[in-house]
Amino acid sequence: MKHIEFRLTGSGGQGVLMLGVILAEAAINKGYNAIQSQSYGPEARGGASRCEVIISGQDIDFPEVQQPDVLLALTQLAADKYARDLKADAIVIIDDSIELSHDPGTKNIYRLPILVTARDVVRKELTANIVSLAAINQILGLFDQAELLEAILHRVPKGTEILNQRAVDAGIELVQNHAG
Amino acid sequence: MQPSKLVQKYFREANLPTIWCPGCSHGITTKAIAQAIENLGLDKDNTVIVSGIGCSSRAPGYMAFNTVHTTHGRAIAFATGIKLSKPELNVIVITGDGDASAIGGNHLIHAARRNIDITVVVFNNNIYGMTGGQYSPTTPTGAFGTTAPYGNVDQPFDILKLAEGAGATYTARGTAYHTKQLISYITKAIDHKGFSIVDAISVCPTYYGRRNQAGTGVQMMVWLKDNFVEKTVYDKLPEDKRAGKFTYGEFHQEDRPEYTAEYQKLIEHVRGEQ
Amino acid sequence: MANKIALMQGNEACVQGALYAGYRFYAGYPITPSTEIAELSALELPKVGGKFIQMEDEIGGIAAAIGASIAGTKAMTATSGPGFSLKQENIGYAVMAQIPLVIVNVMRGGPSTGLPTQSAQADIMQAKWGSHGDYPMIALSPISVRETFDLTVRAFNLAEKYRTPVMLMTDEVIGHLRERVEIPVEGELEVFDRITAEAGKLRRRPYEKEPGEIVPAMSVFGDGNRTHTTGLFYNETGFPSNSTENAKIMLDRIFSKIYDHVDDIVQVEEYELADCEVAFVAFGSTSRVVKAAIKQLRADGIKAGLLRAITIWPSPEKQIRALAEQVDHIIVAEQNEGQYVREVQRIVEGRAKVYHIGRGNGEILTPPELIDLVKEVKHATK
Repeated sequence: MKHIEFRLTGSGGQGVLMLGVILAEAAINKGYNAIQSQSYGPEARGGASRCEVIISGQDIDFPEVQQPDVLLALTQLAADKYARDLKADAIVIIDDSIELSHDPGTKNIYRLPILVTARDVVRKELTANIVSLAAINQILGLFDQAELLEAILHRVPKGTEILNQRAVDAGIELVQNHAG
Repeated sequence: MQPSKLVQKYFREANLPTIWCPGCSHGITTKAIAQAIENLGLDKDNTVIVSGIGCSSRAPGYMAFNTVHTTHGRAIAFATGIKLSKPELNVIVITGDGDASAIGGNHLIHAARRNIDITVVVFNNNIYGMTGGQYSPTTPTGAFGTTAPYGNVDQPFDILKLAEGAGATYTARGTAYHTKQLISYITKAIDHKGFSIVDAISVCPTYYGRRNQAGTGVQMMVWLKDNFVEKTVYDKLPEDKRAGKFTYGEFHQEDRPEYTAEYQKLIEHVRGEQ
Repeated sequence: MANKIALMQGNEACVQGALYAGYRFYAGYPITPSTEIAELSALELPKVGGKFIQMEDEIGGIAAAIGASIAGTKAMTATSGPGFSLKQENIGYAVMAQIPLVIVNVMRGGPSTGLPTQSAQADIMQAKWGSHGDYPMIALSPISVRETFDLTVRAFNLAEKYRTPVMLMTDEVIGHLRERVEIPVEGELEVFDRITAEAGKLRRRPYEKEPGEIVPAMSVFGDGNRTHTTGLFYNETGFPSNSTENAKIMLDRIFSKIYDHVDDIVQVEEYELADCEVAFVAFGSTSRVVKAAIKQLRADGIKAGLLRAITIWPSPEKQIRALAEQVDHIIVAEQNEGQYVREVQRIVEGRAKVYHIGRGNGEILTPPELIDLVKEVKHATK
């Protein structure tokens, strides 16, 4: 397992923190090392919120993301603020409502209709984080579906299993349908 | 002369005599607490006396219980930790007017709000004695202190009104002169399940007395006798006879859920659900 | 039994460690970034019959925790920044009255309200010198979430063993970091329970040590010993004494019970030190940055190493002195404007050149900065 740095961003309430926790937990379940951290305080309450995850096969010494390998942005504000200082071959996943205001320096850009899919296909806006997680996993191939689902169900409320399964399916489909 | 049976039973004789000045009434109030404990037949081993800093707060060192002399103003906060961790202990706080209502005022009002089963006895002599006579939150306006050389501009607290407003469920005021009543109030306060407070009016001839030409300890005790009227008697006095008089007596009593008992219920509820 | 693996936050590990150590009382006041410790204590303590109370202020928080400890309960309080300042008087009280207590400080940027949500290691000197008067302090600083667990347990052990308050000096980075933790199973870590005096025995000299005791066995309220506790200088009876001669004896006891046992109390990690030419001294989260830098430096053929103070107070004097004999350059990396470097300089006494790198603006140090400094230091000596 190589060292992968994730920066997961959106607005408060979109569940990017939970997305990071589930991602890190799935990695740990698979025997990798992982850490997760997030922005706190006023920054987390309004505007762009940020969650960071590092997954590695080795010890993770430096506790912050220096240059993301993967950037997720669910809002314009988050993309403007955080789609920067990326690795040259970083994977950028943004909601298709976002227009990148600057060149992120990488060609690997996935503009996916995440928010619309959560709202109209899964029929629950709150699942945008799970749709995103499934999309990220589909692109990176970190976990098989059962592993991913186990990590998700460990954290989401009881009774939402079917909803979350639908969100995972929708996220996978978004990447499969992506023209590239 | 042999010390009284009460002293032998409840005091650490090796630590006597006290550090208090001649004429100071703190000994009377301390003894009143011992008498109240005797009246209730409390087990000394299960009784804790907590104090802060000041003249009054030296009392626990003379008393043969589990005793703790804490930091200035914090006696009630320490007592909260003792009582909550071991609700089976009887916890009594000895504090002064400055300790309880100035530096420790926040702990006083919040312990009253929680209605935690602690009894606070305020040795209220209207002055900071230990530091040499500075005005306190109960020094009357116009009275003199070393920090009020031109007379006190501040307006004083009524500690019982403060405590009642904050949620105390038993409040009473006694004086060092009216010891029979004082003992009765402290007895009831300790017996009361909930936060109780007794404002024990005391005399400090050394600092308050001298600065305010109030005379010797004896003269100050006579002043207490002449100027304090029992509350129900006061209420019946005609308006013209009330002027300049102060009241002692029981002011407030109610039943309200007690904090440590409620916390115990919470534990049982949580553990029942596990 | 296999260890359970979990993704755990630093502040959560502190509470889990405290539960492992058997704490049954928490009193505190909400403050960022330590609040999760209070929240989780409120959640977990009732489940084990313990008590949580949110006090009216920071001072009340530590006062109630000391009260609970006097009554025989393992107690903890946690705070950050301004709250640590407010607790200082009662920290001195616990030292003087010899009351076991764990005080957690999840450090944030200061002074004053400072940077509530960003990390610092700027209360390091305050941990040792913050209360008035002369006193020793035990303070531990974890590098990771798992070590937060372990050092919380150890903080309780040391507090009980030496009858003294012990500080866990963690920081916002570690407090809020979620990390893979192998949760210790029962019996894996030592848990030291308080040595209490025989019950029902009126003790005339409760502060007199019996042969073989590090500290006198503690009487707790309700045990029938009916002892006295005070913040004044007291003699072996526990009652106040004004005598300067007695005060000297007391001070000596409070200091010697710690300093005579530094080998038991002080823990360090020696990382890549054996052949190292430039050494770092660091503690807590910053030592993670240092380790990352050392890996890179070693890959580039530069022999750097780290002496990590796990126990920051008492400071690892012996180890730092030995380091000064070994290397010519010691870099103290810390998340502040220059604090622990003074302690290192004091110990090194000029036997090696001591440098400082750090800042107190909430921005954590990065490996490239440390790498550059090492290269600069090495270059300057050529």
